[in-house]
Amino acid sequence: MKILVTCKRVPNPEQKLKLAGSQIDLSAATWQVNTFDEYGVETALRLTEKGKGGERSGEVVAVSIGPKEAAQQLRGVLAMGADRGLLVVQDDAALDADAIARVLAKLVEREKPDLVILGKQTVDGDSNQVGQILAGLLGWPQATFLASLRVAADGKTATTTREVDAGVEEKRVRLPAVATVDLRIIAKKAVRHEGLAGPDTEWEETQRYASLKGIMAAKKKEIKELTAAELGVAAAPLMKVVGYEAPPTRKAGVRVASVEELVQKLQNEAKVI
Amino acid sequence: MGAVLVFCEVSETAIRSASLSAIAAARALAAHHGGGVVAALIGSNVGAAASDVARYVDKVVTFDDASLASPLAETYAPILARAVAATSATALIATATSTAKDVLPRTAALLGAGMASDIVRVDAAKRFRRPAYAGNILEDVEIASAIVLASVRQTAFAPAAPAAQAGPVEAGAVGAIDSLGAEVLSLHATKSERPELGDAKIVVSGGRGMKAGENFKILEELTDLLGGALGASRAACDAGMVPNDLQVGQTGKVVAPQLYVAVAISGAIQHLAGMKGSKVIVAINKDSDAPIFQVADYGLVATWEAAIPALISEIKKRKSAS
Repeated sequence: MKILVTCKRVPNPEQKLKLAGSQIDLSAATWQVNTFDEYGVETALRLTEKGKGGERSGEVVAVSIGPKEAAQQLRGVLAMGADRGLLVVQDDAALDADAIARVLAKLVEREKPDLVILGKQTVDGDSNQVGQILAGLLGWPQATFLASLRVAADGKTATTTREVDAGVEEKRVRLPAVATVDLRIIAKKAVRHEGLAGPDTEWEETQRYASLKGIMAAKKKEIKELTAAELGVAAAPLMKVVGYEAPPTRKAGVRVASVEELVQKLQNEAKVI
Repeated sequence: MGAVLVFCEVSETAIRSASLSAIAAARALAAHHGGGVVAALIGSNVGAAASDVARYVDKVVTFDDASLASPLAETYAPILARAVAATSATALIATATSTAKDVLPRTAALLGAGMASDIVRVDAAKRFRRPAYAGNILEDVEIASAIVLASVRQTAFAPAAPAAQAGPVEAGAVGAIDSLGAEVLSLHATKSERPELGDAKIVVSGGRGMKAGENFKILEELTDLLGGALGASRAACDAGMVPNDLQVGQTGKVVAPQLYVAVAISGAIQHLAGMKGSKVIVAINKDSDAPIFQVADYGLVATWEAAIPALISEIKKRKSAS
């Protein structure tokens, strides 16, 4: 099967955010692939291999939309094992979830994948919209926030599980479809293509890291550069960020010496029990 | 401008408490849009629930069909898009539940409308405040489209109280339903006597340091003594100690109770994103350098083995004394 997978370049979420006036100062940021997208890449790779480290069957096309520098993160995804890359060069400020979904919809028209996989959200914008908008634009079924994904041997349907407020929901979708993945998708047995891997197949419980061989191979893989304009998508975001503010900081708390002191403070000072 | 349409979720007979936050936000937004607050209710046999929802809004429109029993974005989104047109609404909002997070952006695509996720404040007809970067920044966003969509962070809006007068209930035209071959096969619901995590006034959460699932029994005892809900960190869920639906954080539930007790939780950014809005935070951890202490109002450096039994007996002692 052919899978289109997204990989957004995001600032390292562990770094402290700096505000310069009403803008976020990212001049000192280090960049990486959005964690949930990395899980998406891992999902795509598992769906196209005959068991862990086994022979590949199918194609994984990695897409990034962002500045030219995002080629570096895209190269990293190719080193993980994706087959080729598409980089839609566009200033991040001109993009919102809608614009990104419109670019992806055009790429889907061109590439005709069986499945599009995205992280459930990016760890910077946190909007959790692009996969659902894309499915809506394409008129495709969607399976969001997935904890597991099993493609049927005939490649026509996928059976998924997703964590919902009430518990765990099992949903089956017809392919082609849009899938967004949550963190438990990287569990050992969470993903497989029934035509390629048996029920006992296990992978490492993590997204894979690039091997030296993978890094060497990635140097020869193609990254095709495009622009949103070439795809016929006008960069006219429907949502604009007009300002930022640091959230209220919590007052420095106190250390209590004993359980008795804690309960006394909760009862008489905080008055919450 | 027009009405504010609220996508409400319901049980068999009543509105889900989560949706009361969306109604509260809808009332704030309706003041800017000039119209009323209209609830859209989708499902199968929703009549009884509709009369409950009607107590809070100017009008309820129901979309009732046997094929709509399970929430599917594929069927719900087109109905909501048509409901926006049918009610001349200029805004569509819902609390950011797992269903709404699935359905609303798809609806936005069908309407060609912009959407703000997880809003914590309504500033104008098309202007909202929302957290980003795992809650480490607040963004002010503006929507450029004629119709605006927003999902509402439940903890940021106090549940709406009933209105002075209940609104009428109307049956809306369901129209064509095409699930595009998507189907809910099963729902494994977790049954619990405790309040829902999103509603609880007190939440007790355990982390990796609890070591094993059976050790959560003592946290359950503390939770029940306080009348709260039980939560957990990602590490504890991943290790299989407790079910995944107890997870608090960027993945999982966002909570903001009166009291959050973090036991043997180190305090990763992803966890803090889910509980930083709590009124009072207590951290109990044996590692005095654990990042959780940086957000805690009261920190106790202790093992859970020593602290929790003592905490239970101390609370019992004080309760019986008062």
